[in-house]
Amino acid sequence: MLASLRCSLRRACHYTTPLTRRLASSLCTDPTHNLSTEQQELYRTARTFADNELKPKMREWDEREEFPKEVMKRAATLGFGGLYVQEGVGGSGLSRLDTSVVFEALSTGCVSTTAYISIHNMCCWMIDRYGSDKQRAEHLPGLVTMDRLASYCLTEPGAGSDASALSLSARKEEGVYVLNGTKAFISGGGDTDVYVVMARTGGQGPKGITCFMVEKNSEGLGFGKKEKKIGWNSQPTRAVIFEDCRIPDSNRIGKEGEGFNIAMNGLNGGRINIASCSIGAAQASLEQTIEHTRVRYAFGKKLSEFQHIQFKLADMATKLVTSRVMVRRAADCLDNDTHDKVSMCSMAKLYATDSCFEVCNDALQLHGGYGYLKEYPVQQYMRDTRVHQILEGTNEVMKLIISRNILSQ
Amino acid sequence: MSRRILVGCKRVIDYAVKIRVKPDKTGVVTEGVKHSMNPFDEIALEEAIRLKEKKIASEIVVVSCGPSQCQETLRTALAMGADRGIHVEVPNPEYEGLQPLAVARILQRLSEREKIDIVILGKQAIDDDCNQTGQILSGMLDWPIGTFVSKVEVEGERINLTREIDGGLEEISVGIPCVITADLRLNEPRYATLPNIMKAKKKKLDVCKPGDLGVDITPRLIVVSVEEPPVREAGVKVEDAQSLFDVLKKEGHFN
Repeated sequence: MLASLRCSLRRACHYTTPLTRRLASSLCTDPTHNLSTEQQELYRTARTFADNELKPKMREWDEREEFPKEVMKRAATLGFGGLYVQEGVGGSGLSRLDTSVVFEALSTGCVSTTAYISIHNMCCWMIDRYGSDKQRAEHLPGLVTMDRLASYCLTEPGAGSDASALSLSARKEEGVYVLNGTKAFISGGGDTDVYVVMARTGGQGPKGITCFMVEKNSEGLGFGKKEKKIGWNSQPTRAVIFEDCRIPDSNRIGKEGEGFNIAMNGLNGGRINIASCSIGAAQASLEQTIEHTRVRYAFGKKLSEFQHIQFKLADMATKLVTSRVMVRRAADCLDNDTHDKVSMCSMAKLYATDSCFEVCNDALQLHGGYGYLKEYPVQQYMRDTRVHQILEGTNEVMKLIISRNILSQ
Repeated sequence: MSRRILVGCKRVIDYAVKIRVKPDKTGVVTEGVKHSMNPFDEIALEEAIRLKEKKIASEIVVVSCGPSQCQETLRTALAMGADRGIHVEVPNPEYEGLQPLAVARILQRLSEREKIDIVILGKQAIDDDCNQTGQILSGMLDWPIGTFVSKVEVEGERINLTREIDGGLEEISVGIPCVITADLRLNEPRYATLPNIMKAKKKKLDVCKPGDLGVDITPRLIVVSVEEPPVREAGVKVEDAQSLFDVLKKEGHFN
């Protein structure tokens, strides 16, 4: 009875059966350990959403390079569009730790889509934290529902890690700012509605940078070709081109010269979010690998009976859990505004993105030839998480930040 | 006319978990195993929430009987949209003996105490597959019951129910108060939203014991042994219908 019930549940019920989902509360890799009851519920809800709405589509979105706007809107109805935006404008008012838990769960279903949702969340937070009440009331309600989508524009063709050397200029004229320059590698670029842009209004260096909101239909705003990437394919990536792009001066966020500060503060959270996405990918990869080693035979035994494989799985599990502890600790530091929050967020991003990529890569290896086939999701987790070691500040920049902190005493 | 609905939410082993029988054959391994709300109870709860959204019901009370972990199940129910929860505490060794007769008696006492108008239960739990609690409860309360319901339509003082039966679909009409047991195709349960998860923290969750309700939960049925189904053996291929008949006859299937 139970077998046929499971079949009919699989077809008709909103649960699909992830064969690999055997979360048990005595498992050291259980993501809900040490969380409050509400956070456990958050994880469960987000994980169920990921299993039902993201996982079945992650391959299709990757192959067709589809930007799943409808599914993201559905995610937003659960409150995932403005996780750490204040409730007054429709946000969910959650902590950074709560947010990390949600992204970790969603990422098991599709890393690329979850990463975009986290970028959208970061943009919403910037408007929420630094925008005027008028700007917040006008823009955030539509953004948190993901009826309108946001992109973040900091990087330029000539300024990546050296972000404060950006050259997009914003010239003040009567009632407007006129923007000239280019931004590169913009996630969602061309398909999103609101662009949070860092531009130079003043002199050289960080203090000359100001933050603006640019709407898609602004005069003088254009986009480059859609880039072809090895991963993150469910989000389009384009250059954003400003040619005498005129925006009302009421679109400036915060004060002139405050832009770099806003960017750096936003990145602390952004780094935790991306690290959380890496953890979700590693969690899913490990679950699938364990399942594979239980069914695959070689030399008369199951793979899971070979000591080398057992040790490999132990290493993977340890990297996963350590990453999780580090990221959640950093999220906690950010929530509590500790003195070391910047280094902690950098350390968490560095460690989790490196280690979880290794877990995904090892997962591929343990699948043998099957791991190389697009039929199996492991290769997509590996491809998607590779870029986490590069964006939101390269892992090399993370080391700069950490070493500066430890050498400062 | 606003009604009060009672929904039973049983905590069962998650349906995706691979079940293992305990070595002493007294049951299945539950320690450290992932549990969640019985899927049919989720469907029952979703229907109750929809009735509340249509303003047919004003309050949803969820009940769970079992050890302290049942409160997690109730919290999930509150996060989905129930108004308050009642945990009837039955700690672990006794919980293994808790059977539908006792649960129905508990639900009867609660329905009377809380002045319930409609009880919605899942048609059966996916661990014991008893499919009895709703039926026994309706007998105890002397209320009409619709089992295996796939559609609920309230019309004033009566409810039209569509039941999934072997022959097809049966439509019946019941008065209120009544008991309904939910079948798979009744609805698709919603996700808990973040605001609701946060609000659930503030909702009331009362704890009581079966004794407080005057219920004796001593099991009436004794489990003799629990075993795994026999390992599937290889079959035999036959050439034609005559050979098939001969084999079946030899194995005594025509006695």
